Amino acid sequence: MRKHVSMIAPAVASLCLLLAAGCEKENKTIKIATQSPLSGAMSVIGSDIKSGTQLAIEQLSDPLVKMGFKVELAPFDDQGNPDTGVANAKAIVSDPSVLGVVGHYNSGVQIPSSEEYHSAGLCNVSPANTNPKVTERGYLEVNRICGRDDVQGAVGAQFAKSKGIKSAYVLHDKTAYGQGIAEYFQKEALTQGIKVVGFAGTEEKANFDAILSPIIAAKPEVIYFGGMFDQSAVLFKQARQKGFKGMCLSDDGFDSSDAAKIGSDALLQGAGTYFSTVSGPANVYPDTAKFVTDFKAKFGNNPQPFAAQSYDCAAILLKAIENAAVANKGKLPARADVTKAVRDLKDFHGITATMTFNAKGDLAKAKYFIIQVTSADPAKWSANRIDQTLDIAPPQ
Amino acid sequence: MRKFMGSVDLRQILLPIGQMAIFVVGAGALCSVIMVILALLCRGSGADHLLQATQGVGIFTYTVGNLPQVLIDGMTIGFVYAAIALGYTMVYGVLQFINFAHSEIFAIGAFCGVEALIALNGLGILAKAGTIGSFGYFGLALLIGMAASGGMAVLVERVAYRPLRNSPTLVPLISAIGVSFALQDIIRMTESLTTGQFYRVIPTFGNFDAHLVLLRIGGRVIDIQVKSVVVIVAAVAMLVALNYLVKATKVGKAIRAVAQDKHTAALMGIGVNAIISLTFLVGGSLGGAAGVLYALKFTRIDPFVGFMPGIKAFAAAVLGGIGNLTGALLGGMVLGMIESFAGAYLGTYTMGAFGAEYKDMVAFLILILVIIFRPNGLLGEQVSQKA
Amino acid sequence: MLESLKSKLRALSALLNQGRIPYAVCVGLIVLSTALVYGNPRSIPSFLLFVFSASSIYWLRMNRAIQLGLAVFFAVVLVPILGARNVFYLEVIFQIAVFSALALGLNIVVGFSGLLNFGYMAFYAVGAYLWGFFGSQQPNLLHATVTTKALHTPFFMAPDYFYLFIFLGVIVAAILGLLLGLPVLRVRGDYLAIITLAFGEIVRQLANNLDKPLNFTNGPQGLTPIQRPTMPEGVLKLFNNLVQPLVGHRVTDSQAYNILFYLIALLVVVTVIIITYRLDDSKVGRAWTAIREDELSAGAMGINANKLKLGAFAVGASFAGAMGVLFAASRTFVSPETFTFLQSVGVLTMVILGGIGSITGVIVGATVVTLLNIQVLQSFSLFLSQLRQSGAVIPIINFHWSNLSNQLDPSKYQRLIFGVILVLMMIYRPTGLLPAARRKRELTERTEADPEATENGADHV
Repeated sequence: MRKHVSMIAPAVASLCLLLAAGCEKENKTIKIATQSPLSGAMSVIGSDIKSGTQLAIEQLSDPLVKMGFKVELAPFDDQGNPDTGVANAKAIVSDPSVLGVVGHYNSGVQIPSSEEYHSAGLCNVSPANTNPKVTERGYLEVNRICGRDDVQGAVGAQFAKSKGIKSAYVLHDKTAYGQGIAEYFQKEALTQGIKVVGFAGTEEKANFDAILSPIIAAKPEVIYFGGMFDQSAVLFKQARQKGFKGMCLSDDGFDSSDAAKIGSDALLQGAGTYFSTVSGPANVYPDTAKFVTDFKAKFGNNPQPFAAQSYDCAAILLKAIENAAVANKGKLPARADVTKAVRDLKDFHGITATMTFNAKGDLAKAKYFIIQVTSADPAKWSANRIDQTLDIAPPQ
Repeated sequence: MRKFMGSVDLRQILLPIGQMAIFVVGAGALCSVIMVILALLCRGSGADHLLQATQGVGIFTYTVGNLPQVLIDGMTIGFVYAAIALGYTMVYGVLQFINFAHSEIFAIGAFCGVEALIALNGLGILAKAGTIGSFGYFGLALLIGMAASGGMAVLVERVAYRPLRNSPTLVPLISAIGVSFALQDIIRMTESLTTGQFYRVIPTFGNFDAHLVLLRIGGRVIDIQVKSVVVIVAAVAMLVALNYLVKATKVGKAIRAVAQDKHTAALMGIGVNAIISLTFLVGGSLGGAAGVLYALKFTRIDPFVGFMPGIKAFAAAVLGGIGNLTGALLGGMVLGMIESFAGAYLGTYTMGAFGAEYKDMVAFLILILVIIFRPNGLLGEQVSQKA
Repeated sequence: MLESLKSKLRALSALLNQGRIPYAVCVGLIVLSTALVYGNPRSIPSFLLFVFSASSIYWLRMNRAIQLGLAVFFAVVLVPILGARNVFYLEVIFQIAVFSALALGLNIVVGFSGLLNFGYMAFYAVGAYLWGFFGSQQPNLLHATVTTKALHTPFFMAPDYFYLFIFLGVIVAAILGLLLGLPVLRVRGDYLAIITLAFGEIVRQLANNLDKPLNFTNGPQGLTPIQRPTMPEGVLKLFNNLVQPLVGHRVTDSQAYNILFYLIALLVVVTVIIITYRLDDSKVGRAWTAIREDELSAGAMGINANKLKLGAFAVGASFAGAMGVLFAASRTFVSPETFTFLQSVGVLTMVILGGIGSITGVIVGATVVTLLNIQVLQSFSLFLSQLRQSGAVIPIINFHWSNLSNQLDPSKYQRLIFGVILVLMMIYRPTGLLPAARRKRELTERTEADPEATENGADHV
């Protein structure tokens, strides 16, 4: 009998635990989920996407807290892998207190995951997915505040043309992001009459010798790299060391003070280093400067590319939830209401831009900056010079 | 150990240097000749026309013009691969076991060396060092990297491989893969907890980035960076030292004995466990040194930096004949040359259809082809089937 | 300590297996866990209990027919209904099914025949890209680049060809396995491992690069949208009528697809299990064991080692091919990032953890690793994240949870966990958690000779 008791007791205990664990309190919690790569090679960017959202929730959730809600961050690691992203998406979707998702970083993960968001009506605002396909599907739930490859690549080519460039060598990092932008750059460059001397992709992170030799010999006037700064800065530095005198041009993946840390003086040599971005430098946009200071104070490092965009995504979601809650007389709004509220936002003042969404989920008008790197000091990254500003509407 | 420095055997120093010279010249010449013949054959082809249109030169001029730089790059990376390959080959020779974790040993060496330099830079010491001082500090970083990776290799052997020494081949190999993955994440965790960074960049100091002009031909300058020279010289020195250790010292004889027949060596009074640990120490240190040299040449490292060079170095070891030190040198050089040529010329010759992104596949294909058609490698002895 | 735990477990199982008790326990567990999951659709302990109750159908000694009946009821009725309640759990079960099939396939190669394959994902990729290519618009877009606007290009095939392609996936992957195996299998164990690793990487890089000169795989962008087989309207209506009152809301199209794919995956897994079981107990299986233990002697006994090794490779590959096709259709998207070396090692970890050569073990291994990856680690890190945000403090040492470094997130350390599992399993329990009887004999006899052997040396079958 004792044997039975000794086995029944723990069984009953664990049962009680289960029931307790399972019981759900009345729902006054609002969660904003993030999906970004928190492990693996892209974890640097992914972590800051999460951190940017976290900062926004801390700073901007007062109106909702006053209404009696508790606002929380629910971070997920999509590992840069579509499977994990989809599995997480299903977990997110099945949690009724999640009213919005900030994510992803890889368009390859965002596209299948957003199918889940779409079938659940959950709003997804993306800080970093630049693949045109993301919004071309016309889902009400999917929005983005970053540029699109087909616009940004074209912007880069137009800028090169405006500087009198006649020949370009185009490189990319063999990811959906880098290759996408590079292809669009090439297409527009050819339309503008710039000779594309070569087009190549590489997964190589450090050893660019083999790829650079033919490039240097071909003497292009500009090297365009579609990809992230941790590759492009190294490539540009090695190119300068091999004697490249032309211009170095890249995309918004270059927009990080760590690029100056890696490239240092090489970025100032030759015809200079430029990059395109939708996010203006902090010295021109004081809100951005405050964000950078707050971010550094809280997390200890300078924000990576797309951290500021994540802040804005979260801000948009918070504002939309607030509007929807007000319309719902102070009760927890439905996901569909939040989705609609995001699209209804007009001229939302974010730290990176003033935003209104069009019918597809792109920003109705996006300001593109071409920024020249003016200092090798990472601390002075915000003081980089704006070379050109363009207001461009996305393709309809 | 007392008398192993008794009389310096000059032959064992000059012989490997001579061998290396032959390998470099041979591999370089072979690849160059093949490329030139290809270039001659391709005159008038689509690739030629495309080149004329975009760059204004014919394919022959393009090929020959780029040749010197490609050769130098190939030689540099070839020595790095050779240095890493030695680690694989030494462990295989002694234990008949592929130390999969060697790529992470390489990474650990790189990280420790780079962190040491970053620390020195932070203290302002590097900025004040002159040219000679910079070499000195780099040497210090090299030693730190070697010590760290050698130590880690010994630790890994003790913890993960020694308990499995009598197990079927499958078991230690799986354990090695496990160690490799665990180490990758441990490096990442250590880095992110202490510095918050994913990748690290070696600080600029000294005259490593300067160019040494080798030749001036008709308006073209053929030069080599000082850091490439450092990499080559350091690698050669290590290879010669290792060769000397193994071929001309008593310890080396012990290693060779254990490699040949573990049990008999034990009967002869050799401490097998100690020798195996020593092998891992030496192999690991070489890998670590290769790591620091890699960091110097390519400036940027991240926790997963070891994976690709590791596989390629293993391919080099197999190509040359695994278990054979000279083979590792040859394999490394050949692989480095082929990879350099592939990266530089593949895109142009295939008109963009197969570009530089296929460069890595070249190493894998070589590995597969060698194992299938000549598993002993170019210089290997007859590898018998394990019964 | 382990011994006393084992004896306690044996006592417990002896107790539970008397007479009518197993039936009561089993049904009780199922009813309880179903109620818990139904009432608290997002509670993880409930879900784990649910999975455990499924396994109890297997462990407890009951009449075969009743076991089968309970299993079918569980899989075909309970899971879809609960899955409609919480689509995430269905996803977890679906992934467990997929990885079980993959692990079983790898088990045939590694466990039965002793051939170490580090590039197993390559066959999975081939299956996925097979349907990915033919089931999407890609054949009509062979000359397209990233910039081509291809939204309205027609699909190449009717979606219901999917069912045919499952079989085609099996065949194509098997052929690929044969092609890879032919030159490679004469090579000894560790070389084979490296070659398969290289092969896996080559396939992944090809998938990433074959968008020029003809666009087969669309490079890193991946192939999307990929068609799913049509859902018969009648079946959907019937399902809704039956299920809606239970589930509380109308089952949408995409949820119904989740259930459909789960059922297809289940079918494939059951087929794979049956095939593996029959192979294990057959002449072929015994020949594989002979080759694995001592190839030379096996050859002396008249076994054609090469042919059988090829067969093992092909069979293992074919399982992965079939699952690949299924995977592509269920995700409607394939990209090269899914087929990395890390994933291959993940499947290997499942096999090692569960028990090389043991069918039940491998399924348990697949379940544990998948649950770890998708659920346990993620929810643990979510839990930590909530702790951080709540401002709580550990009382005695006064440690603010918010000070816990962001970097110590459990879900980030997938590689570390895989690596540590592999090393620990190899050192302490190379036969796996649920060893196959034959395998145990082989692996423990060897380690007996080593004086530094651990408890395994004392283990006798």
